[in-house]
Amino acid sequence: MVKGETAIISGFTDEQLSVKLLEMGFLPGTAVRFNFTAPFGDPVCVSVSGYDLSLRLEEASTISILN
Amino acid sequence: MANDRKIKIALAGKPNSGKSSLFNQLTGLNQKIGNFPGVTVDKRTGTCQLDDKSAAEIIDLPGTYSLYPRTLDEKVVAEVFTDQKGKFYPDKIVLVADATNLKNCLLLLTQLIDLKIPTVLALNMVDLAAKSGQSIDLKKLERKLDMPVVMINARNGTGIDELKNILARPLKASSKTIYQSDEESKSLIEKIRIKFNLTSDYEAYQFLQQSDNLVFLPKGEREFIRQTAKENNFFAHKYQGAETVMRYGFIQDLLNEVILRSSDEGWKKVSHGIDRVLTHKVAGYVIFFLILFLIFQSIFAWAQIPMDFIDSTFAQLSWRLDRLFPEGPFFELISHGIVPGIGGIVIFIPQIAILFAFISILEETGYMARVVFLMDKVMRKFGLNGKSVVPLMSGWACAIPAIMATRTIENWKDRLITIFVTPLMSCSARLPVYTILVALIIPDYKVLGFFNYQGLVLMGLYLLGFLAAILSALAMKFLIKVKERSYLIMELPTYKMPKWSNVGYQIIEKTKAFVFEAGKTILAISIILYVLASYGPPDVMNEAKETVRKKTTGLNLSEAEIQERVASYKLEHSYAGGLGKILEPVIKPLGYDWKIGIALVTSFAAREVFVGTIATIYSIGNTDDPSTIKQKLKSEVNPETGGPRYTLAVGLSLLVFYTFAMQCMSTLAIVKRETKGWKWPLIQLAYMTMLAYLSAFAVYQFLN
Repeated sequence: MVKGETAIISGFTDEQLSVKLLEMGFLPGTAVRFNFTAPFGDPVCVSVSGYDLSLRLEEASTISILN
Repeated sequence: MANDRKIKIALAGKPNSGKSSLFNQLTGLNQKIGNFPGVTVDKRTGTCQLDDKSAAEIIDLPGTYSLYPRTLDEKVVAEVFTDQKGKFYPDKIVLVADATNLKNCLLLLTQLIDLKIPTVLALNMVDLAAKSGQSIDLKKLERKLDMPVVMINARNGTGIDELKNILARPLKASSKTIYQSDEESKSLIEKIRIKFNLTSDYEAYQFLQQSDNLVFLPKGEREFIRQTAKENNFFAHKYQGAETVMRYGFIQDLLNEVILRSSDEGWKKVSHGIDRVLTHKVAGYVIFFLILFLIFQSIFAWAQIPMDFIDSTFAQLSWRLDRLFPEGPFFELISHGIVPGIGGIVIFIPQIAILFAFISILEETGYMARVVFLMDKVMRKFGLNGKSVVPLMSGWACAIPAIMATRTIENWKDRLITIFVTPLMSCSARLPVYTILVALIIPDYKVLGFFNYQGLVLMGLYLLGFLAAILSALAMKFLIKVKERSYLIMELPTYKMPKWSNVGYQIIEKTKAFVFEAGKTILAISIILYVLASYGPPDVMNEAKETVRKKTTGLNLSEAEIQERVASYKLEHSYAGGLGKILEPVIKPLGYDWKIGIALVTSFAAREVFVGTIATIYSIGNTDDPSTIKQKLKSEVNPETGGPRYTLAVGLSLLVFYTFAMQCMSTLAIVKRETKGWKWPLIQLAYMTMLAYLSAFAVYQFLN
């Protein structure tokens, strides 16, 4: 994904992490927007379910998307 | 509801939903800060007068997104709500929700509904939601959830009275059930529910989900639940995921019906605009370091005025009392032991207040989360976590709350490293030691007309401590091997103006904690020290006058000078003097004498005692003069060289020693508590003392 892009969440590749991500509002079928990154490219800031979250790249990469 | 006991009301909600503001609104200053039993998670309770007849005990629970805990803080929430016999099991819950972001706030609410605890939904920040073009159909929401919904503004107090009225009336649990477990586990849940005599199926389901977390259950029963779950193929993780998806489905349907939204998201864009600057590659770090520098300068410059005032007031008081009282050991104890001891505690208040004012403003505005965001990548290289920045920064105020704050770090290894290195950050208790020594040995010149040398040296010491912390963390990253993954999934709240009364409460809370907790140790040690320094083996002490007179005959001294020498002789031969002398050979290579030795010994309990000890030692050597400690130290002579005792080399050696040394009992105690054993605090103590000794040795030998 590039900055400013929006995509739909389709699933997760990591079961353990997915529970936490689900709770924070990363639900399959919802839109997620990639806002910007921290100065060294990691972590990233995304908008999901109407608010902003920060995630590490390795965490963000467990989210599968459709776009 | 019987009125013979106070009802218990718990405040729950996700982080940043305004829970603390509401708590402050409800309880005012009737607050008590403590710990939840068994764990050191902050427990804030307070009383609230609901109406003329009834009052309630309000419990502020840690912020959490759901009942499934990831940190110790969140674990407390799960325990409170599932332990019906527990001390904190609430009669009613207020779920505080951020109206601008209802979706995530309602996850916990749907779980509370299923637990069948009477709940009121308090919608906070409705004004902001309205500004973003959102309006909420309150009546429909009440009907759909089957519970009262109140709109509040926790910042200015709107809606608080209405909330109190609702809480004063009897409240029924919502009749809705949101999560239905699947058919296979129904019989199992039923079995658990009957065995433990629980009110709701969902509570039984929680027992099955997280038996390990429910420490109120006896071990045998937890084991029983675990076995039963295993026999019946109860897959905790799988069900948890399904449950969350289901709940969000319900919430989405609900919100679609009750929220009328226009697509204007202007207020969000403002936050993104600010973020573009504050998290910028260059500007972001420049701003962050400017803020840090502002904090140092203000602690050093602004705090100086009230501190000088406190200093001279207590010196005056001690001097006046001395004149006022008749002679006798008891009165001397008051004027020379207790009064200066209390002065030594009070003098910290300006610095602590200023520092926590800054920290709480950073938290209130939402900037703290950006600090974590900015620093995560860098910190991870050193085996730390973006979340370690907050404890490390708090370590500049005091290692004790800082180490307690590490509980937000989920990963055990990251957390342990943060705990281990936090005491290397220069805490406020080191500041008086720094301040006195820096003022003593560094000239008060200005560079570039603005920064003064003293400020720069002070900042250098802070950086030194910080570097030691970072490098130690790096070393530990390779030494400790743990297989557990670390993650950082954190909300970036929108920027807000700080609520000043919250900043005020924070300052009061921290100052109180310091005065009444650390203060006790300081006062007790000041008094013990006064006694140690004033009394010694009776025969030597009784003959002090005679001995000194014999020694000084022929020197033609005035009566006052003889008195001074008697006093100094007495100190040298007191119990404390003996202790300092035993240490002298060990600390001589660092440039210290036995007087500094005494201060090192007593300040092992808490570094700030160094100043108190020095004050006591020198005021006993020179009782008639109410001058400040600084002037006394300046006039102190090294008998070997004839020059001043506190040279640049000795001063810097001491400064470095205090930067690295553990010298704090309370920190050791809190580390023991947080790491559940003596292993880590002892390793930490040995490591820091070695580091301090060797560095001070190097500095003194190099400069001398």
